[in-house]
Amino acid sequence: MQAQRTSRERRSQTQFEASWALVNDELAIEVRGLRKRYGDLEAVRGIDFSVRRGEVFGLLGPNGAGKTTTVEILEGYRDRSDGAVTVLGHDPQLRPADLRERVGIVLQSTGIYRHLTVRETLRHFAGLYPAPRGVEEVVDLAGLRGKEDARTRTLSGGQLRRLDLALALIGDPELIFLDEPTTGFDPAARRGAWDTIRSLKALGKTVVLTTHYLEEAQALADRVAIVKDGRILVEGAPAELGAGDGATRYRVAWRNGSGLLNQRETDDPTTLLHELTAAALARGERLDGLSVTRPTLEDVYLELTADG
Amino acid sequence: MAEAHGFAALSWRQYRLERRMFWRNPSAAFFNFLLPLLFLVLLCAVLTKQSDRDVIVPGIAGMAVLATTFSALAYNMVFLREQGILKRMRGTPLPSGAYLLGIAGNAVMNTAVQIVLITVAGKLFYGIAWPRDVGELVLFVVLGVVCFASLGVALAHAIPTFEAATVYVNMIFLPVVFISIDAAHDPSFLKGIAEALPLAHLVQGLRDAMVTGTGIGDAWSALGVLAVWTVLGVVLAIRGFSWEQRRS
Repeated sequence: MQAQRTSRERRSQTQFEASWALVNDELAIEVRGLRKRYGDLEAVRGIDFSVRRGEVFGLLGPNGAGKTTTVEILEGYRDRSDGAVTVLGHDPQLRPADLRERVGIVLQSTGIYRHLTVRETLRHFAGLYPAPRGVEEVVDLAGLRGKEDARTRTLSGGQLRRLDLALALIGDPELIFLDEPTTGFDPAARRGAWDTIRSLKALGKTVVLTTHYLEEAQALADRVAIVKDGRILVEGAPAELGAGDGATRYRVAWRNGSGLLNQRETDDPTTLLHELTAAALARGERLDGLSVTRPTLEDVYLELTADG
Repeated sequence: MAEAHGFAALSWRQYRLERRMFWRNPSAAFFNFLLPLLFLVLLCAVLTKQSDRDVIVPGIAGMAVLATTFSALAYNMVFLREQGILKRMRGTPLPSGAYLLGIAGNAVMNTAVQIVLITVAGKLFYGIAWPRDVGELVLFVVLGVVCFASLGVALAHAIPTFEAATVYVNMIFLPVVFISIDAAHDPSFLKGIAEALPLAHLVQGLRDAMVTGTGIGDAWSALGVLAVWTVLGVVLAIRGFSWEQRRS
């Protein structure tokens, strides 16, 4: 079995060296035409995206959109039905040891050894990697200080989730997958987790984050892909999503002379503002409360994922 | 550094972790160690004739092999799968084989401790001599362990949830133990079933090695049946293996 695997790896290695040379070396992940079928159900229907090194990339979408299937293919848990996937220069489906040593994974729900302490657990997992981070350092990074000698079965849900994160960091991975890392958190715990994820970015890690929380994607991700029904609907920086394709509706609001609030939507705010200000000047009025807002990620998201 | 992460080192590391966790889980420790010993004490209290004890002590030894490998691994694998621990380990650089070897090694160590306990208790309290043929004893224990460990892992694939595990395991464990401890004296239809299954042959082999000492020459058919079940167990254990809970 060992020999078989090595020859398979070697073959894929040469294939990948060939294709990898064409790919930008700055890419941590490249996905082209990815499809995944479960029997009659096609969970992922032709997805393309790439993630640059050092970037936080968010896959945002409603439950059942295909986010988890996609990341589990990238993590090497599932075989794809079609398409090409490269993660840190490897095909994750072949599960090469080199890739598993360089990737950290926080799954949506996973158990842990209940009878070990936090420190024992981290120490065991550290021993599985060639160049792990220090156990104490990871305890601090994940916010588990004070709990390191507690048996894991005594931890709260939020603390267990932090242990999940700690276990994903212990191997000092270059690339970290976070599948809905804050689902079920209270707002304070969520802020804490966001700080941790920001510190991962500061360490130069590449992070792939799935979430169905808009504000989470907005707060953390450099770029976001909105996924629905196994397809990517739109992709870009959260602040720019929906902008620049000519169809963006800007919302312009102001108060007229009698203090009444007016609101107009336009895809050409320059002209509208020119007309408004010219008319106001001509009448000698001020445009109190004038504002121009671009659609928020939430507007884009709700519009795109609306049914029907 | 790379040397410290070889297959053997990682297997050993996982084995040590499994041992530590085993001792921290009192209910599992009880099921593995005390239950067969309890059976031994109770049955030998009831059966006072030496000829009966010569049958029951190797029978308990066979049951101990079944409990520490087949039952324990079936429970363990279902639990680890349902808890998502298998899936978590799959996401680390730990090779699958090293992981399973660590888990199986833990079960094998339990079996070895049990066999020693039963042998010593049999000698000290129940008039059984030291094993006549230690080589044959080791041979049968090793084959029995591989056979029942693989069958336990294979059974785990058929068990849908951890809640159902007790029922599945005991539905097999209890009747098989019952008919296999003294298969020679079963009614004929039960005897036929017992002889098609591996436990009766393990018990017969253990009895030869521990009590009668008729030598390995008499044990070929028992070894043959065990070997067939071992091959079946290994094939089923590998083919049906799943790292995560089936959905729906």
